[in-house]
Amino acid sequence: MHQQRIGDQPWLRRLLIGLAFLLVGILLVVPLVAIFAQALSAGLNIFWVNLSDKYTLHAIGLTLLVAALTVPLNLVFGVFLAWLVTRFEFPGRRILMTLIDIPFAVSPVVAGLMYLLLYGSNGWLGSWLMDHDLQLMFAWPGIVMVTVFITCPFVARELIPLMQQQGSSEEEAALSLGASGWQMFRRVTLPNIKCALLYGVVLANARAVGEFGAVSVVSGNIRGETNTLPLHVELLYQDYNLVGAFTSATLLAVLALLTLVVKTFLEWRQQQSAR
Amino acid sequence: MTPANQLSKSFTYKSLISKSFKVTGRQVLPGFALSLGISLLFISLVLLLPLSGLLIQTAGMSWADYWAVVTDPRVMASYQVTLLMALGASLLNGLVGLLVAWVLVRYTFPGKRLIDALVDLPFALPTAVAGITLATLFSASGWYGQGLAKLGIQVAYTPLGILIAMLFTSLPFVVRNVQPVMEDLNSGDEEAALSLSAKDWTVFRRVIFPAIWPALVMGVVLSFIRSLGEFGAVIFIAGNMPYLSEVTSLMIFVRLQEFDYAAASAIASVILMASLLLLFAVNVWQTRYLKRLKGN
Repeated sequence: MHQQRIGDQPWLRRLLIGLAFLLVGILLVVPLVAIFAQALSAGLNIFWVNLSDKYTLHAIGLTLLVAALTVPLNLVFGVFLAWLVTRFEFPGRRILMTLIDIPFAVSPVVAGLMYLLLYGSNGWLGSWLMDHDLQLMFAWPGIVMVTVFITCPFVARELIPLMQQQGSSEEEAALSLGASGWQMFRRVTLPNIKCALLYGVVLANARAVGEFGAVSVVSGNIRGETNTLPLHVELLYQDYNLVGAFTSATLLAVLALLTLVVKTFLEWRQQQSAR
Repeated sequence: MTPANQLSKSFTYKSLISKSFKVTGRQVLPGFALSLGISLLFISLVLLLPLSGLLIQTAGMSWADYWAVVTDPRVMASYQVTLLMALGASLLNGLVGLLVAWVLVRYTFPGKRLIDALVDLPFALPTAVAGITLATLFSASGWYGQGLAKLGIQVAYTPLGILIAMLFTSLPFVVRNVQPVMEDLNSGDEEAALSLSAKDWTVFRRVIFPAIWPALVMGVVLSFIRSLGEFGAVIFIAGNMPYLSEVTSLMIFVRLQEFDYAAASAIASVILMASLLLLFAVNVWQTRYLKRLKGN
């Protein structure tokens, strides 16, 4: 029998698969297990006490609020931007597509600083806001604003390649059959993009909940006021409350695992429908 | 389906559909004005206005002040450690990512789907959680730290810790860039080379590697960009000792805590320019590379 592919010798195959398992184990699985092991190291009772601590509960609430405001905003923006750059040719289209990548490339700390400079009490918009008794920085609106910045590419980035690949012929057909713009979007576009849209939302949500660098610049870390869950994790860790820090971390880890499950499911469905 | 592979996919798809795009009429589709208006408003308010805030703040400094801040010895030390560790982490990622992508594409084995799903964990897990977890694992009493201490290696609170944190947070980039390209490889070339009794290693070097290296480079560069800006995962494990293990993002933070906004924005402008230049270079390079592919 003639050899058809390289790397199919049983010993090599076993070696490479073994190495991959070893690396994934060391780099990903063990850290994941360690989070839960640390959180539960003082027993289940302490775990519950830590979880129902009033500052922890407040951090959970604030984090949910941030995600609830950020994700819909970026969902709407993502759909409009994707529609714009995939359905129309116009000057500046490429620049627009490069601009949207900026939040991926910029360090989150720089992002936070930009907002602080603009809206903080020393900033040129900030002093006007101060005169009108509006405080955005070191308060929850600032956290929402930087999170919108950090997560704004996610939905658009998922939609653009898909919508480009699909083309616009189905939408044009709907219009020529007399559908209104809204009907066309709801009946044709939305069903075609719903998986990618959902995946973009899940990714944006994971990032919105977990953002640390940008949020820590504008939050002011006031316990029970402007502490999101990741900042709460940091605060507890700095207080040498390891078990407490890891208890809050488990919530974020569970969310990360759920994100991976949804992603795997959506990819599996996509493969099924492709067959 | 990570942002990274979407980035590369969007270019591929674009070249595929660009023909049909011009044939079908685009003028019939509604919503141009509305979507342009909303997109521009959003981008101006969320991206451009804050960017201009940074530029204005930096422009207010004299050149001598600016230069003094960005070449301060402590800041220079932070550039050095950030660049070196990001370089090390992204190159290591190239190796690890190539191996994992190869195994996921070429072999079937139990647990494959699990590994495939877990690869994205670093993108889904908040960086602060990754940071405290790695710091705890590699501390002197941690699961990894204990063993490494016997070998005389200290990872936590040294530059090596920074490298580990960067390696973790940028792990998916190479896998997700290389994987789709490897899946699309034409198996005919490989068979032909083998039927001419070429050695496995030669086939890999001459047939497979030339096809995947652009994706590999793309993955390594993206993980380098990500590592340069990484903050959350790094600060917990780095120990943050001045001149030794402070990353540049942290220097911005340090200056902010001293209420030196001008210095913070000067350092930020350096990071911003470096990452925008890299991003731009990657985009141009990739577009040109794909054009060449289409030409063949």
